[in-house]
Amino acid sequence: MLKDIDLSGVDKTKLKEIHKMESMVSSGHRACQGCGEVLAMGMVTRVAGPDTIVCNATGCMEIISSPYPQTAWKVPWIHVAFENAGAVASGVEAAIKALHRKGKVSSKPNILCFGGDGATADIGFGSLSGAMERGHNLLYVCLDNEAYMNTGIQRSSSTPYGASTTTSPCGTESIGQHTQKKNMPRIIAEHGVPYVATASPSHPTDLMDKVAKALAVDGPAYLHIYSPCPTGWGSKGEKSIEIAKLAVETNLFPLYEVVGGRFGFTKKIKKVKPIGDYLKLQRRFRHLTEKEIGFIQQTVEDNYEELERFCQATAKCEE
Amino acid sequence: MARRIGTEVSLAVADAVKMAAPDVISAYPITPQTHIVEELSEFVANGELDAEYIPVESEHSAMSAAVGAAAAGARVYTATSSQGLALMHEILFIASSMRLPMVMTVANRSLSGPISIWNDHSDIMAERDIGWVQLFVENGQEALEFTWAAFRIGEDKRVMLPVVVNMDGFIMSHMIEPITIPDQEVVDAFLKPYEPQIKLDTADPVTFGPVGVPEVYLEAKKQCEQALLDSKAVVSEVIDDLNHTFGRQYGLVETNGAEDAETVIVTMGSLGESVMTAVDRMNANGKAVRQARIRLWRPFPVEEFMDAVSGAKKLVVIDRAISPGSVNGPVAQELKSVFYGRLDAPEIVNVIAGIGGRDVPVDDFVQMVELAEKGELAETYTLWGLDSDA
Ligand SMILES: Cc1ncc(C[n+]2csc(CCOP(=O)(O)OP(=O)(O)O)c2C)c(N)n1
Ligand code: SF4
Repeated sequence: MLKDIDLSGVDKTKLKEIHKMESMVSSGHRACQGCGEVLAMGMVTRVAGPDTIVCNATGCMEIISSPYPQTAWKVPWIHVAFENAGAVASGVEAAIKALHRKGKVSSKPNILCFGGDGATADIGFGSLSGAMERGHNLLYVCLDNEAYMNTGIQRSSSTPYGASTTTSPCGTESIGQHTQKKNMPRIIAEHGVPYVATASPSHPTDLMDKVAKALAVDGPAYLHIYSPCPTGWGSKGEKSIEIAKLAVETNLFPLYEVVGGRFGFTKKIKKVKPIGDYLKLQRRFRHLTEKEIGFIQQTVEDNYEELERFCQATAKCEE
Repeated sequence: MARRIGTEVSLAVADAVKMAAPDVISAYPITPQTHIVEELSEFVANGELDAEYIPVESEHSAMSAAVGAAAAGARVYTATSSQGLALMHEILFIASSMRLPMVMTVANRSLSGPISIWNDHSDIMAERDIGWVQLFVENGQEALEFTWAAFRIGEDKRVMLPVVVNMDGFIMSHMIEPITIPDQEVVDAFLKPYEPQIKLDTADPVTFGPVGVPEVYLEAKKQCEQALLDSKAVVSEVIDDLNHTFGRQYGLVETNGAEDAETVIVTMGSLGESVMTAVDRMNANGKAVRQARIRLWRPFPVEEFMDAVSGAKKLVVIDRAISPGSVNGPVAQELKSVFYGRLDAPEIVNVIAGIGGRDVPVDDFVQMVELAEKGELAETYTLWGLDSDA
């Protein structure tokens, strides 16, 4: 299943240039202050540019950007339902392919898809899996804020162990979410998708480089973006980037990519911080005891080691 | 030269779709619709049809991909049945509210449970209010010709709505019939290439499917309903041209039998053919009976229906779906509300027949008329052929 895909020719984002790149999501949208999802969407669309069609699942980003008669979108945008962004994008991609072949449309725009973690890992999992497996040339972006925020902070299969949500509340008999977060990037990589990566708005050039690579590959690509949500996480808006950075620096959310099935870190943390630094900035974790924090720390380390093994196992021999 | 061939109706529908030159087909298999999309995928595989065929992972995605493709400006086709149609339910409303033309053949089949692959209309009756134009055909020739009509109706700039062509599963879909296939030029003259009015175009960006706050939702719904109501005139126009092009006599509501009859049997779909035989037989025996076949179900052609049954004292309405907990089947409910409050309203008796593929032979219709005329059918509805032990 391993394939050699050469992405060395893809331009890298320069930090000083970012302010010159235009976001396709305009200001004046209705997201909460410090929303990681909308920040990420701005970064992704800065790279994708104006020759892009966006398919959006129901969720926060759809609601905050499209209340008629206003729209925050500078590119063609379509929202159909909660669970079908992958399928809608498949249709858009197929249509463009056919119409282009027949000479009825001239450009071949980027096809972008945005879905929250619920839209991606739960209800829309089938339609995403189908789109990836069929090989449509599109980029699916999961904006992972680790719960169903639009309907009021209900747990999803992407909610981490120990988080209190409105449907996995902590209480005398419960620590909150008692299952482990579903590993979407790995599951999508198992589809044989040419490009899969994790990213975080706390590392904008890394994120934007990944968008450029994802759009450069032929076929489907998947980007899993860690997206702090002050409203759902009980954190301060101005702390979102700090929290996102801590997720990376604690190795809770490692930044890596899977190119042609080969795993590789895009950022290695030299001085790994303890998970407690990350947890204590969010109300959703405030009920956790030292013992539970220790358990989470262990899980983070185990997961990271496993990922390292994946990287080693799939690395090219000559490297 | 037109070819007259013996072919399975599903294959003829696939031929019709091919001749309509769609850009995108997205579909998921379900009996008894499968032969249509299998044949289409073969056309694509053999290079006989230049289209993208998306073999999706569910009907929900088939309809979602169809919506995406239509929004991108493609001519789109899909087909389904029963559970598949039910799984599309959520997206069917969105397709019409976005005013996206596309054509879907529904090979009508009963809904689970118990699971049944055979024909009745319970699948489509559960989707009455989706805002699509809905046609019913009675035989293979009609299935072919109305496929082209459906594309033309939906894509008309005055309509811009998705269209369902209903045909009875198995009874029609799997029947081998003599069918006349016209030359491609004739079809091309009847159905012009599609020019979308609005689409996902990076040169002219638009937002599709935004949030509708209470201040705009109702107005948006009203606009969609108005578009559907207004489509009736275009349906008439297209059917007139279809009649002219292919030498037919289709109408929104079609009649057959004695013009002075006081009893009229009302049908939708393929049972109309059996009823025609029954009516002809009764007429030949000196009994004045007429039939009215509803071809356009949505928007409901009120005036045309009134004309078709004028002078009738009794309507025997054949329904092919049960509406549990209601006093009638869906078609009879519709007709009662059409006539409510009118002094000349005929008496409406309702027979629910052919459920789950139960056979309804010609003689049964003769018997229904006799019972109706003697006043021996139930005031609400009669479940025809019910096993008395049930
Ligand atoms: C079929 C269906 N079920 C439920 C909903 C209600 N709903 C809308 S958005 C949403 C949650 C979205 O969560 P997620 O995908 O994680 O995105 P977020 O809002 O967190 O960005 C839910 C449950 C719906 N719109 N459709
Ligand atoms: S609730 Fe969370 S994800 Fe939704 S807009 Fe607010 S901050 Fe963003």
